[in-house]
Amino acid sequence: MNHLTEEQFVMYYYGEGDGSPAVRAHLDACEACRAEYAGLQRVLNVVDSVPAPERDASYGAQVWGRLQPKLGGRRFWWQAMAPAPRWAAVGAVALLVVAAFLAGRYYPKRDTQTAKGGQVRERILLVAVGDHLERSQAVLLEVVNAPAGEPLDVAGERERAGDLVAENRLYRQTAARTGDTRVTSVLDDLEPVLLEIAHGPDRLTPEEVENLRQRIEGDGILFKVRVAGSTVRHREEKARPAAGQNTGQNSL
Amino acid sequence: MELSDSVAVAQARAGDSGAFRALVERHSRHLFRLAYRMTGHQQDAEDVVQETFLRAYRQLAKFDDRASFGTWIYRIAANCSLDLIRARKRRGAQAEPAEEGAPDPMQALPDPAPAPDRLAMSGEIESKVAAVLDGLSEMERSAFVLRHYEGMCIDDIGRTLGVQPNAAKHSVFRAVQKLRRALEPLVSSAS
Repeated sequence: MNHLTEEQFVMYYYGEGDGSPAVRAHLDACEACRAEYAGLQRVLNVVDSVPAPERDASYGAQVWGRLQPKLGGRRFWWQAMAPAPRWAAVGAVALLVVAAFLAGRYYPKRDTQTAKGGQVRERILLVAVGDHLERSQAVLLEVVNAPAGEPLDVAGERERAGDLVAENRLYRQTAARTGDTRVTSVLDDLEPVLLEIAHGPDRLTPEEVENLRQRIEGDGILFKVRVAGSTVRHREEKARPAAGQNTGQNSL
Repeated sequence: MELSDSVAVAQARAGDSGAFRALVERHSRHLFRLAYRMTGHQQDAEDVVQETFLRAYRQLAKFDDRASFGTWIYRIAANCSLDLIRARKRRGAQAEPAEEGAPDPMQALPDPAPAPDRLAMSGEIESKVAAVLDGLSEMERSAFVLRHYEGMCIDDIGRTLGVQPNAAKHSVFRAVQKLRRALEPLVSSAS
């Protein structure tokens, strides 16, 4: 009599496959397999007994509370038609934000009012960079989360990436000028990927998707963008109560 | 009256944030448990839940109405968890076995309180299970968590992880094999 294989034991334990009656019959008749199966059951029962922390009934509301500001009244991208004027406007706003920041930084400071103004400008810039990183992350996620082995329509992402490239350069230069090496480095890494998406075709083949995904994941770009975004947001939050005080800090 | 998932998705797509909120509140706890099992870390699981809903929100237009929202969001959560595990591995950091300030998982064990030697054995087993799970490949861990803890069938695991059912089945099998090799001596000595 052939004994059951380890794979048959596992599938039987989970109630998978159509061979269960045959496996059951064999187990009834074979003591060696019964003992073997009991060993497997013991191990998996132990694994099952390891607890996972539970969240209470209010957890969903807590998640929503943290999530809602990130959705922030923003429209779904498919509702935001006519993207070109929208993103052109975003680019123009980025330019204004940076220009205002740099003007405040390099013009002579006359009094404490100027210092306060610098802090406000810093906050505005942090918000803008945080938003830029978040939107860049959304473009990268479209590629990373695409189903494997299928072509991907990236027409919308291409357009967004094109707009993000221009902003990215502006923020990178500003970050470099203010000596913020961490943000400069992340924006440096991000730019070639945005360029690749922006200059690529509207529809990527499965191989192109895979290459792009490997590049994004292999270089850890998504992770770096996510961490930088969260750091910038954190700094922006910390800068809020300090807006009325004079810290003299003005780096991005 | 409570909205069904499909109605809530349709309303959320039309811009109704209350409908999206209903989906978040309905699925968060379940996603947290899945994310915790996959990442082995409470804070990572919190981040995964957050990231999952952000991705879902942005990709809602791509959601196929004929599919189950639950399966879809599970797939996103599994992918978010995988991203996080990959990032963690790249950084060379391993999941901490226990978080500072986190509630002692031993407290979740049933009463009456076990004897100290029994408790020590349980702790050892728990650490061992965590270590073996950490040592599994991403696919093995994901497939095992979805099958063992979430009770998902092999076909659904394949769909969730974007692989053929046979690949999902082998991943579950390899995970069980590794767990068994590592835990059997411990379990035998405890029984």
